[in-house]
Amino acid sequence: MEPILNVKNLTMNFGGLKALDTVNISVEKGQIAALIGPNGAGKTTFFNCITGIYPPSEGIVEITPPGRPTQKINGLKTNYVTERGLARTFQNIRLFEGMTVLENVMIGRHCRLKSGILKAMLRPPSQKNEEKKAVYDSYEILEKIGLDQYVNEMAVNLPYGAQRRLEIARALATNPFLLLLDEPAAGMNPQETKELDELIVWLRDNEDVSILLIEHDMKLVMSLSDNIHVVDYGKKIAEGNPEEVKSNPEVVKAYLGDESEDA
Amino acid sequence: MRLFNIILGVAVVGVLGFLGIKEIIADPVYFLELFLGGLTRGSIYALIALGYTMVYGIIQLINFAHGEIYMIGAMTALIVASVLGLWGWNSAVIVILAFVFAIVYSCAYGFTVEKIAYKPLRTAPRLSALISAIGMSLFLQNYVMLAQTSEYMPFESLIPDFEFWEPFSHIITSVEMTIIVTTIIVMILLGILIKFTKIGKAMRATAQDKIMASLVGINVNRVISTTFVVGSATAAIGGVLIACHVGQINFMIGFMAGLKAFIAAVLGGIGSIPGAVLGSLVLGISESLFTGYFWSEYEDVFAFTILVIILIFRPSGILGRDTTSKV
Repeated sequence: MEPILNVKNLTMNFGGLKALDTVNISVEKGQIAALIGPNGAGKTTFFNCITGIYPPSEGIVEITPPGRPTQKINGLKTNYVTERGLARTFQNIRLFEGMTVLENVMIGRHCRLKSGILKAMLRPPSQKNEEKKAVYDSYEILEKIGLDQYVNEMAVNLPYGAQRRLEIARALATNPFLLLLDEPAAGMNPQETKELDELIVWLRDNEDVSILLIEHDMKLVMSLSDNIHVVDYGKKIAEGNPEEVKSNPEVVKAYLGDESEDA
Repeated sequence: MRLFNIILGVAVVGVLGFLGIKEIIADPVYFLELFLGGLTRGSIYALIALGYTMVYGIIQLINFAHGEIYMIGAMTALIVASVLGLWGWNSAVIVILAFVFAIVYSCAYGFTVEKIAYKPLRTAPRLSALISAIGMSLFLQNYVMLAQTSEYMPFESLIPDFEFWEPFSHIITSVEMTIIVTTIIVMILLGILIKFTKIGKAMRATAQDKIMASLVGINVNRVISTTFVVGSATAAIGGVLIACHVGQINFMIGFMAGLKAFIAAVLGGIGSIPGAVLGSLVLGISESLFTGYFWSEYEDVFAFTILVIILIFRPSGILGRDTTSKV
């Protein structure tokens, strides 16, 4: 299988601190990959580096969108990274609170629309049709995610689990081939987590989107992931399927501490 | 303390209300004149305050050069109207071209000011950008003074007096009417732009969370530029209209108008568009009533007193949200 995201020797320095140190991670098409590690290991920094929020100090971030040649994306601005097909969510909820659920999703759709500012003001028929299609597409996405009963609610008034799902819906609206989820289950109750689990698997199977997620809920990670990458202190320490990772002594040491140190 | 404030507020409003009603009954036409004059004034403030509040909403910057954009709009209209007038063009064509040129020039200035003075400071502390804004304001004032003149220049009204309106023109002139109607139209268009269009949604999203906005594919820099351009366009319209109303302009008109519009924006709740409009109308009308019933020389003192009072009792403005809860 060909990787759709290929990160080589990614290094991120903040002053003297190496938040990421020569990390190599690749995600294959149709995979659910997980990135795990103790707090402060550099997982979110990794996401920030590939989505253009921080320009990485060193290394290469390459993507291969389906049917397109491989291209380097490090140093690109965030909105261009999104245009090339990477979408992400955050650890904390970052919805556009003053907008309705539909508007939140539509705004994700906008980067796929062609008409510019002038057209938006003059509103020729082509623009109206495009806008109509955006509404239709957004509604369809909400239906798939199971949020269609909330369409015209203000985003801020949704229950917690639904807000989390709306973040995923908004990310999907940008039509990504790779979805980066930063702790999607954070703060969820077991029922909500179960629904999220189903949603993620459904997305992989039906939406032609691969997923890379950061998660602390090990049960979720182990049940979902095809491939797990483990980082600690900015370094990648292990990779493999859930069974391999669980039995890897390096991983156990990172999570539980070294026995000899404690003694 | 809170109860005391409420009692004080009620007492003040009661006394003023009582005196006010007495005055209004004594001479209703005078009141109407003052009220409509205030509405006109408020409309102009609103056209300028929109630029302040939109820019503040998006990049949390008080764009002190905004008043100068308004002045440049008026100057451009004056130049265009004078030249075309000399050539003997039709007055309707002159009006349209004066507005078009004023808007285009002001937008170009607004756009450029943002690129030169604010964009390089996007990540700098807010105070740096504020100082840059004040610098830009002084620069533009002096630039226009040197390029044009420091004298007051007569500005012949572009808006003709409507004949049918002659009998009522002491209550409200046709220019004042035009100002109010134009402002309403601009507000409606702006409302549609913000509420329903793609760029409007992008503006709202950017105002709330720039990083998230760029992650859903919005080009944040373009949205910020657009905001400056839209704000400059409304200011330019305000500039031309006020020049028609007052009949003379110079390079300093943007200074006080800009400050007043800033007060209006703060009064309404800076960052809020309906707030800016409401604040402008409240400030315009109360200023007009104050000058009409009390002392006209203290007009500016009154406006700044209002600013001080808001900052003490309600820093977030009439429609503004509490900024402390936003964190």
